[in-house]
Amino acid sequence: MKALLIAEYRDGKLLDSVYELIAFAEQMGAESSLFLVGSGEALPGFNGDLYLADIARHGEFNPEVHKELILGVAKQLQPGLVVFSHSSYGWDLAPRVAFGLKAAQISEVVAVVDGVPVVPVCNGKMRREVKAKTELRVMTLQAGAFGLPEIPATAPQVIPIDTSLSGRISFDGYEEAEKGGVDLSKAEIIVSAGRGIGKPENVAIIRDLAKALGGEYGASRPVVDAEWVEHNRQVGTTGQSVSPKLYVACGISGAIQHLAGMKRSEFVVAINTDKDAPIGEIADVLVVADLKQFVPVLTEKLQK
Amino acid sequence: MNILVCVKQVPDMESKFKINAAGTWYDITDLAWRMNEYDEYAVEQAVRLKEQLGDADLTVISIGPAKVTETIKKALAMGCDRGVHIVDEAVAGREPYEIASAIAAFAAGKEFAVIFTGMQSQDRGSAQVGVLLGEMLSLPSVTTIVDFAYADGTAVVKRELEGGIKARIKVAVPALFTCQLGLNTVRYPTLPNIMKAKKKELLAVPMAELLSVEPRQETVKISFPEKKGSGLILEGDPAELADKLIRILKDKTGVLA
Ligand SMILES: Cc1cc2nc3c(=O)[nH]c(=O)nc-3n(C[C@H](O)[C@H](O)[C@H](O)COP(=O)(O)OP(=O)(O)OC[C@H]3O[C@@H](n4cnc5c(N)ncnc54)[C@H](O)[C@@H]3O)c2cc1C
Repeated sequence: MKALLIAEYRDGKLLDSVYELIAFAEQMGAESSLFLVGSGEALPGFNGDLYLADIARHGEFNPEVHKELILGVAKQLQPGLVVFSHSSYGWDLAPRVAFGLKAAQISEVVAVVDGVPVVPVCNGKMRREVKAKTELRVMTLQAGAFGLPEIPATAPQVIPIDTSLSGRISFDGYEEAEKGGVDLSKAEIIVSAGRGIGKPENVAIIRDLAKALGGEYGASRPVVDAEWVEHNRQVGTTGQSVSPKLYVACGISGAIQHLAGMKRSEFVVAINTDKDAPIGEIADVLVVADLKQFVPVLTEKLQK
Repeated sequence: MNILVCVKQVPDMESKFKINAAGTWYDITDLAWRMNEYDEYAVEQAVRLKEQLGDADLTVISIGPAKVTETIKKALAMGCDRGVHIVDEAVAGREPYEIASAIAAFAAGKEFAVIFTGMQSQDRGSAQVGVLLGEMLSLPSVTTIVDFAYADGTAVVKRELEGGIKARIKVAVPALFTCQLGLNTVRYPTLPNIMKAKKKELLAVPMAELLSVEPRQETVKISFPEKKGSGLILEGDPAELADKLIRILKDKTGVLA
């Protein structure tokens, strides 16, 4: 089987996630080719063909044009598998390509069991094995689910491609995330508030525990979206990545996007009323309790 | 201007889930249901656009069994003008391609200038229906938006990328947008608006009238992840739990003196 792997550029740089796609294709026993809208200057190490469209002409984010380019390559290559990262680029582009190829799309693959892809359900509470009914399959891979292979020092065989399509969506550049305030990435102890805190007044409970432990406080996304805590304290894929010695997750369910930001913590304590919350999967200690009762007691004992 | 917003009813994610008899989905009995979180932002943005424009007609559509009318009614109480219920007892087993096809069949020819959906559902999480719908209706679509402004036929939006970076995007309508968490602040329906919503049009259309495609994928098995965690679970009285936890932190981490 042939696989077409879709690499990504962000802000002029090649993203390392391409190596996860390569690792996945190897696991599937596929013969891979790469697709990239990029420039000749930053190419992945790869032993095979790379279909390269010029980024200056086709744009870094231009989904209608990138779709057209991929469809063109697929027509030539006749792959059995087209693989994207489940990233802001990949989840945007994959359904367009799947539609164009009349193929099933299997989103956010986390594992493969006997050749059948497995995807999460309900933010990781369950998993689902999915079979495509179409011969050609489009897949997106959860970040970090498949390891990086050894990166070959060889340069790929470049096959230039292009299209005259210009697309209806215009991209006017990036806006940086708000900076300033705390740098959680350096904190040794972080206590984070999740939606389970229930109301903004309860941020204080979390802040007090952080203080008693001599650490910083952070938050999950809903708490930031509700403006109970400022964005620079958000932990996760669209916030900060942290690696403290101790991470205490209070009323946080453990969605993959949150875990991605804190799973490199050395020791994780979760405080949650739900014994089955996915955060339990990675917690060293899960305290099954109402944080509103438990955390103040813990803080008081620590202060003594 | 005609505006469409697509919503899904999902279980509360804190529910105790069980697996159904066929082993292919979660058991849908005994669950509390609500509007998909991402779709709440979509409804709010659609209502704001309608309020900005004045003369707009806003339709909310949802697919599912009778109980999804509750979710449609919530959207009506938030400010949508009319509801469309695509009646489908088998919705739990439908895959994104089927769902998008049915909505596209309904929307075809109705000249919706702006369509909003959530970026994904909380249960399936495929992030496909919005984009597929755009493709089927030949509309440009912009995903994962966290900011939306509209003037003179053009939408200026921001899409959210990894690390909280945003991409500025411009697109002329008709167009479709999939909404990310935090796009806006979602209003609570007021009691008078809940009463008013009861009188709004709610059209029922059988799924069979709209669905003309075969599924492209199927779930062969659903399961709970194996508890691989060597993690300790502590339960009991808060004071005792706190003592236990402090002892563990002293033994296992270097952070408590
Ligand atoms: C593209 C994308 C990017 C994202 N980026 C991020 C990100 O950077 N960071 C992030 O955090 N999320 C992110 N999310 C959102 C993520 O998917 C989840 O929705 C979010 O992490 C959930 O936050 P939560 O755990 O606080 O809330 P919920 O999932 O609602 O969980 C609340 C938890 O609190 C528990 N609880 C309730 N009451 C109590 C109580 N009294 N005591 C103790 N426990 C209680 C519940 O059992 C539950 O487990 C992103 C999503 C997408 C699609």
